[in-house]
Amino acid sequence: MLKNYVKIAFKVFLRNKFFTFISLFGISFTLVVLMVAAALLDHLVGPHPPETRTDRTLYVVEMLATNQEGSQINSGSPSYAFLDRYVRGLPGAEGVSIFSKGGVSISYDDVEKIESHFMLADGSFWNVFAFDFLEGRPYTEQEVREGSFVAVINEATRRKFFGEESAAGKIIEVDGQNFRVSGVVANVPAFRQKTFADIWVPVSTSQSEEYRTYAPSEGYGSYTFRGNYQAAILARDSADLPLLKEEFQARLAQVEFPDPKRYDRVQAAAYTPLEEISRQAYGEGFSTAAFTEVYVDDLLFTLIGSGLLFMLLPALHLINLNVSRIMERASEIGVRKTFGASSRSLVGQFVVENVLLTLMGGIVGFLLSLWVLYALSHSQLIQYGQFHLNYRIFLFGLFVTLFFGVFSGVYPAWKMSRLHPAEALRGGLQ
Amino acid sequence: MIKLESVEKVYRTEKIETLALGNVNLEVEKGEFISVMGPSGSGKSTLLNVIGLLDAPTEGAVSLNGRRIDSYADRFLARIRNEEIGFIFQTFHLISDLSVVDNVEIPLLYRRGISGKERRKMALEGLERVGLSSRVHHFPSQLSGGQQQRVAIARAVVGKPKILLADEPTGNLDSRMGDEIMGILDDLNGEGTTVVMVTHDSRLAERTARTVRLFDGRQVD
Repeated sequence: MLKNYVKIAFKVFLRNKFFTFISLFGISFTLVVLMVAAALLDHLVGPHPPETRTDRTLYVVEMLATNQEGSQINSGSPSYAFLDRYVRGLPGAEGVSIFSKGGVSISYDDVEKIESHFMLADGSFWNVFAFDFLEGRPYTEQEVREGSFVAVINEATRRKFFGEESAAGKIIEVDGQNFRVSGVVANVPAFRQKTFADIWVPVSTSQSEEYRTYAPSEGYGSYTFRGNYQAAILARDSADLPLLKEEFQARLAQVEFPDPKRYDRVQAAAYTPLEEISRQAYGEGFSTAAFTEVYVDDLLFTLIGSGLLFMLLPALHLINLNVSRIMERASEIGVRKTFGASSRSLVGQFVVENVLLTLMGGIVGFLLSLWVLYALSHSQLIQYGQFHLNYRIFLFGLFVTLFFGVFSGVYPAWKMSRLHPAEALRGGLQ
Repeated sequence: MIKLESVEKVYRTEKIETLALGNVNLEVEKGEFISVMGPSGSGKSTLLNVIGLLDAPTEGAVSLNGRRIDSYADRFLARIRNEEIGFIFQTFHLISDLSVVDNVEIPLLYRRGISGKERRKMALEGLERVGLSSRVHHFPSQLSGGQQQRVAIARAVVGKPKILLADEPTGNLDSRMGDEIMGILDDLNGEGTTVVMVTHDSRLAERTARTVRLFDGRQVD
């Protein structure tokens, strides 16, 4: 039965070459756009090294300090000291890492000026995230405590400073300080929001002492609740995430305020990577609701909605083409009905035909997507970006293709199967 | 075998009503070969469609093989058409995208429990009996009209139906080919198949055991 369907499907495709071309083009073009978008999104939020444990990671990236009068509002990244006191050691966490937001450092290699993305991180950073070490080792917690001038660099930085030679144990100069390279890791793409950098050094080597202190710094105009740090909390199991969030809120209730007249309340929250991205996309700044709303539904709704909308137009176009194409085959439908095909089996036949057509479009789209992603990876539009089609994106592409095939095939097939056999034999609708 | 009781068929559109068949009573015995004659528009094809369950009567009842058709549900009719009735048309109605043997296999596609191998074997046997063994992989457009009608007959009888309905089977053929087709129908009838044939050709009608005449949708004898 299926063989018979396939045979006739290919005959029909070849008979209407122009129709087939238009259909294939529409399907594959749509698929390329959606697959590339999915690959970019997957690159952004999917589990990729070194951020592989996204399903059991929480981030604390911002806070809001206020007072009851509402005369003071201070919001932004937390300070190291704040995170160290209220996030580190959360019961139930497998690990907590505190690290700075990325900055740019300047080095000089003889005469050449080298700009690098630079990050201060604690020792547990290397346990919470899964970096791929090409040589050497990460710096240890002890080295961080001792304030050792050690650094982990990425492959690209090794090439800039040392060419093809190994770097472990060698010295590099960063912002006027000398660091001994302890290890070299694979390049981290710029899309890895938390871990992207060229050079990572212990927080204790920070040129500002401020990261340690929790006292108000008079004259600075700001409390050291605030700083330039963020924290990653690694849960033992994804089921523990709600509990960890609650524990963090419980700790926030115990925050000490050195100068309650100035600030007597802090708000912050631990978010999953998806929640955090949703907040970046939909968060409304510093309103009091800002920390309780997570907007994941909004983000998914928008993404899925725009994906479906984007597919709708070519799908409607296909439906339209299919209706006219199927009506050309009224006589065949009449014959099949006469010899015992039920409406249901005819719907089956035409849906199978359409799914075959869309699967062919899917294959073309898949190959084109590979090519686009290959070109995108090599363009270095996104630093160190490496885009691949993984099984998640493949399944997504397959879903999109089947959605097309079924959605654009069912209605025309149903309409056609309603044809009265005697009328169909006469050549169509009356 | 076939029994029509007070069958009436009215085609209605918003503005007009057309009586295609009025009060037709017909009984065809098992193994009979009857012809249906009448001028154009007299309801011959409608009668065949009603017998073949391609069209439901507006009034009256149809019985096939002693079973009264009381449901016109799609799947039920599809099964009866598939198992008990074979059709032959004036314009052959072969599917041009399928080869000869694939065309012949069509009725078997919709029958349960027949493997692909068996299907092919039965289709080849059917083609052999209409003398087209050498043309199995040809396409309909590569065959003459007579050959196409022979393929259509092979398709109609491949599932061994008890009733064969032929709607002007020789209408598009010259007299020599027409005789050939009649010969095959005679043979099938000789093997026990009940045949109802619509024709314009009184010479062919004379070869059948009985002729039913229609005029303006009514039986005239």
